[in-house]
Amino acid sequence: MVAVVGVGYSGFNSTTPDLSWKEIMYEAAVRAYTDAGINPRRDVDSFVTCAEDLYEGFAIFDEFVPDQLGAVVKPTCTVCADFLYGLATAYMQIRSGLADIAVVEAHSKASDIQTFGNVVKFAMDPIWLRNVGNAHPYYLAALEMFQYMVERCLSEEDVARVVVKNKNNALLNESAPYGANITLEDVMASPKLFDPMKKLEIAPLADGCVVFVLASDKVARELTDTPVWVKGVGWWSETYGYDTASFSAMYAYKAAKMAYRMAGITNPAKEVDFAEVDDRFAFKELQHIEALQLAGKFDSARLLAEGYFDRDGALPVNVSGGNLGVGNLLECTGGQKALEVVLQLRGEAGRRQLSDVETGVAQSWRYLPTHSGAVAVFGL
Amino acid sequence: MVMEVEKISGLKFHKKQDVAIVGAGMTTFKRRLNETGRELSYLAVKQALEEAGITIDNVEMVVMGSAPDTFDGFHMKGEYLLDGAGGSDRPYMRVFVGGGTGVFAPIAGYWHVASGLADICLVVCEEKMSSTHPHPQSAFKYIWDPILDRPLKPNLIWIFALEMRRYMHVHNIKHEDIALVSVKNKANALDHPCAQVAERITVEDVLNSEPMALPVRRLDVSPPSDGAAALIMVAPHIARQLTDNPVWVTGVGWALDTTWWTNRDLYFPRYVAEAAKMAYRQAHITDPRKEIDVAEPYDPFDYKELHHMEGLGLAKKGEAPILTREGVTQRDGDLPTCPSGGLLGVGNPISAAMGVKACELYWQLAYRAGKRQVAKEVTTGVCQAWGDLMQVGTVMVMSNKR
Repeated sequence: MVAVVGVGYSGFNSTTPDLSWKEIMYEAAVRAYTDAGINPRRDVDSFVTCAEDLYEGFAIFDEFVPDQLGAVVKPTCTVCADFLYGLATAYMQIRSGLADIAVVEAHSKASDIQTFGNVVKFAMDPIWLRNVGNAHPYYLAALEMFQYMVERCLSEEDVARVVVKNKNNALLNESAPYGANITLEDVMASPKLFDPMKKLEIAPLADGCVVFVLASDKVARELTDTPVWVKGVGWWSETYGYDTASFSAMYAYKAAKMAYRMAGITNPAKEVDFAEVDDRFAFKELQHIEALQLAGKFDSARLLAEGYFDRDGALPVNVSGGNLGVGNLLECTGGQKALEVVLQLRGEAGRRQLSDVETGVAQSWRYLPTHSGAVAVFGL
Repeated sequence: MVMEVEKISGLKFHKKQDVAIVGAGMTTFKRRLNETGRELSYLAVKQALEEAGITIDNVEMVVMGSAPDTFDGFHMKGEYLLDGAGGSDRPYMRVFVGGGTGVFAPIAGYWHVASGLADICLVVCEEKMSSTHPHPQSAFKYIWDPILDRPLKPNLIWIFALEMRRYMHVHNIKHEDIALVSVKNKANALDHPCAQVAERITVEDVLNSEPMALPVRRLDVSPPSDGAAALIMVAPHIARQLTDNPVWVTGVGWALDTTWWTNRDLYFPRYVAEAAKMAYRQAHITDPRKEIDVAEPYDPFDYKELHHMEGLGLAKKGEAPILTREGVTQRDGDLPTCPSGGLLGVGNPISAAMGVKACELYWQLAYRAGKRQVAKEVTTGVCQAWGDLMQVGTVMVMSNKR
C-alpha cells in the first residue's frame, strides 16, 4: 500500500509574472515537505518530475529539476507525461522497494508560452496532420465534440451545462482563477470559435505547481495518523494516429479499468463518492464520466442536467471547478485533480468541502493530439 | 515544523518479484534517412520479441526512452513513437533523463516488473538525430540556462573539453593514455554488426585528428547516429517458461546532480558514484573491482569511459588510464570494458545507446554476444549511462545467477 502523506501546491493563476517556474516549484515543494513533516535531503528516496520539453522551452528540461526540490545527487527523474503518470511511477518505485518516500512534482508555466497553438501543433504527425488547413489545433477537439454530440444525441445546451456547473463550482475555490457566476444563456451566447465549440467551453491556460509526498504504508503510519491511500493507478495509451483512434476516450476507460481492478472497485458508479475528471474541453467531461463508468453511455448529459454531478448531487464531479474553472495546467492537470481529491478526503477543502466522502477518482488526459491518459483512485 | 523521521532499516529493496531479461534487439546505428523513428522502434522491438520467443500481444506494458524532443522536432515525442514501439492499447510511459535515458529506461522497466504491476514489460529506446539541421549540436543550444549559460553560446563539445582537461590535470594523465580507449573501442566494434564507425586506428591517428575543442579531437568523440534498441523484462515465472538462462537484474541506481555544473569539481562524477552505490547495495556488491566481470560504462568521449570506471568503483581515482594501458579492459582482459565497441565504435544515438549498454550486457551475460563474447567466464556485469549537463548517472547491475 502506498499513501499520500503530504501535498503542496502553488497557484493556480492565469499568469505569474512575479515568480519563475523554479520559484513556483520551490514554493509548492516546501509546502508539501512541511505538510509531510520531512526533510527532502535526508528522507526522500526518489523524486519524479512530470514535464514535456516543448512546454518548458528547454531541450533537456530534466537538467533544471533537482536544486529547487532539494533533490541534488538523489535519484531524480522525469516522466514525459501528466502528473498522474508520475504518481504511478512513484507508486511502482515504492512497491518495488526502491523507495520508502517518493516525491512527485508537476508544474505549468503556461503564461511563458507565447504561441501555445504552435507548440501543440508540433505534437502532430508532420505529414498527415500538422498543417491541415493551417488551422489552430483546437479544431481537432471540435471535430471530436461534433462526433460525440451526434453519437449521443446531445444538444449544445447539454455540453454548455458543464461550463455553468464548473465555473460556478470554482467560485468557492480560492485557487481557481477562472470561476464565474454564469448562466446557460451566457455560455450559449459565447462565440463559436471552433464550430460547434464555443469560447467558454475551452479551458484557458493557467500556471501552478503541485507536489505530492508518497510513502510506503509503514513509513506513512509513522508520519501521519490520517494518510490518504493510493488505492489504484492506471494509465493507458490507445494510439497516436487520428486515423486509428476510436474517439471514445478509450484511454480513460482502460486506465480506469486498471485502477479500479487494483482498488477492488467493481461498481464505480456506486463505490466512487466523487470524481475530478479532465474537462479541458467541456464535452470531455461528459465523455470522461462515461469512460470512468460513473454513468451509463447515454446518461451523463441527462444526469448532469438533473444536478446529479453538482456539488450537492449524488456524485459530485469537478467540485474544484475543473479545468474550466482552474485552467489548463498542461502536465500539472492531473496534479490539480489529485490534489482536490486528497484535500476533499482529508476534509481540508474549505468552503467547497463535501460531506462523507471516502473514495475519490482523479483522471487526466494527455491533451491534444494524444489518445493517452491516466487515472488514480484515492481512499481513506 | 519538521518532524524527525527514523528510517526503517531492512524495509527497502523488498520488491514484489525478481526481474529477468529474456530478449534484446537493436537496429544498425547510422544516419537512417529512410526510416522514421517509429519504423526504427518497430525494427528493434521485432528483434527483441523474436529473441524472447513472444509476440507483441504478450507484452503487458511498454516503457519508452527517448532523449530531447528537439532532435525529431516533435512535441510529445513519446506519443508520436507510440504505435511503432508497440505501445498502442496498453499502458505506455516515456521516461527521460537526458543522455542517461539509455540505462534509465531499463531501470523504469525494472520497477514496472518488480512492483508486480506487469509480468512482461517491453523497454524501447529510440533516437533519430539526423533530422536536426545542420547538426544535432544545434538542438543542444536549448539545454542551457537562458540567463547564465546561453549568452556564452556554449556547446557540448567545449564543456566536455573543460571536463576532460580537468580530469587530465588532476590525475596528470596524458592524452595518449586516453586515446587508447578510442583505439580499443573502435577495434572492438569491428565485431559488432550494427557498428557505425568501427575501424582499426592507432593512438597517433587520434592525436592527429581534427581538433574540435582542445583537448578534444575528432576521434575522441562518438558520432551522432540514428537507431533504436529494445529489451524484454519479465517476472521469474515467465522467464522460466521462456528460457533456461535468463539474466537477472540485481541492482539499479540513478542520481541527478545540481544544475550548476560550473560549481562542481568536474574531475570525478560523484552522481555516477552515488548511483553505483545504490545499485551495488541492492546487488550485495561490496568490492566492484573484484565482483564485476564485465562492464559497459558510457563512453561518448574516450575520457568518459575512464571517468565512469572510476565513478563505478571499477578503478580508483586516476587509476582507470593505468588499467587501460595494461590491457585489463581489453576484451580478453581481466575486466573487459565496452566489449561491444561502445558509443565510440558502434555509434551514439543518445538514448538508443541502450543497445550497446544494457542490451550488450545482457548478451554478454547470456553468452549470446557471438564474436564479441569476452574471453573470461562472466557472472555479474554493470552498465551505466550519463547525461544532462554532466549531471546524471544511471547504473544497472545484472547477473546470470539469481
